Amino acid sequence: MSRDTALVSADWAEKNLETPGVVFVEVDEDTTAYDGGHIPGAVKIDWKQDLQDPVRRDFVNQAQFSALLSERGISNDDTVVLYGGNNNWFAAYAYWYFKLYGHRDVKLLDGGRKKWELDARPYSKDVPQRARASYQASAPDLSIRAFRDEVVASIGVQNLVDVRSPDEFAGRLLAPAHLPQEQSQRGGHIPTAINVPWSKAANEDGTFKSDDELAKIYGEAGLDGSKDTIAYCRIGERSSHTWFVLKEILGQQNVKNYDGSWTEYGSLIGVPIVLGDESGEA
Amino acid sequence: MNISLDLADGCGAPDQSAPIPASVDLEKETVITGIVSSADGAPVAGAYVRLLDSSGEFTAEVVSSPDGVFRFFAAPGSWTLRALSRSGNGDLTLDATRGVNEVALSVAAV
Repeated sequence: MSRDTALVSADWAEKNLETPGVVFVEVDEDTTAYDGGHIPGAVKIDWKQDLQDPVRRDFVNQAQFSALLSERGISNDDTVVLYGGNNNWFAAYAYWYFKLYGHRDVKLLDGGRKKWELDARPYSKDVPQRARASYQASAPDLSIRAFRDEVVASIGVQNLVDVRSPDEFAGRLLAPAHLPQEQSQRGGHIPTAINVPWSKAANEDGTFKSDDELAKIYGEAGLDGSKDTIAYCRIGERSSHTWFVLKEILGQQNVKNYDGSWTEYGSLIGVPIVLGDESGEA
Repeated sequence: MNISLDLADGCGAPDQSAPIPASVDLEKETVITGIVSSADGAPVAGAYVRLLDSSGEFTAEVVSSPDGVFRFFAAPGSWTLRALSRSGNGDLTLDATRGVNEVALSVAAV
């Protein structure tokens, strides 16, 4: 993958709003922004209501994902362009789901809602009516999803990238600073993880930095190109953003997102945790 | 419905104009809140307000409410607020203490 195949610019998007076979999808955890105005023609996916299993602690399975996209009128052959608020975190999360379930042509809108808004591009309140489709998701591609046992086995062996803010990494904060801080799990990070906040990869307007800048950021932080990589954050959406950078823009092999992330790891009994700003020993 | 669980569930920014949930203990939290306004004093809705730590590192970002309101849950210490909007940009630095810290953040076209 590369920037050219994985990303589209706001200019490209505005020129292709009515192109047949291109479906814009706004993805967010809180979809009130969509209801107040969205990219004309875009359909809505609610990260919490649509993409999480309502009972088990997991995201939707192959059959549920197929049913969701069929209902939204998205076909296997469509080019899906994802965007959202929160600097595209949940859109990047959805991108990872689309890849996991084998969608052939999925792209992220560079800068998401923020760039679109700051550019003063058009919004619509009309909800498109798309005919029901017959979507067939593939079996999940687990080469891009990490589970907890693999994460523990990777300590001191593979690259672990903690993409939360430095204060969350050190254990001084338990959640991003726009959320209340009371949580049940312990603070800190996985031993030997490097801390490269997701925000290092983005410009102030939400667009991704250049390939050269991105390669420099992760190289200087100590990411070893000869090893496999697992990215994590608190619930897996900011790490989807970094997974996208490493796998889809920079084209690194063997990059996984640990979607259990700190809400799972920080609640496990007996696993090692490091407090403070240093990565720590295995 | 358990509000504190609901908040802890996701990572997106909650409604900025909603009251602080009763489950939030203001004895323990360091809340940084305020209104984004333009040069003529009018509130700016839809501004992207980000919280940067003392080293200038990004910590969080929210979108201001229809009344220009934003809110962060941080920790005591030095923080910088930076707003981007169609009406222009602006920033300020503050020393936050435990409890509610209220600030006014003005933006202006460059």
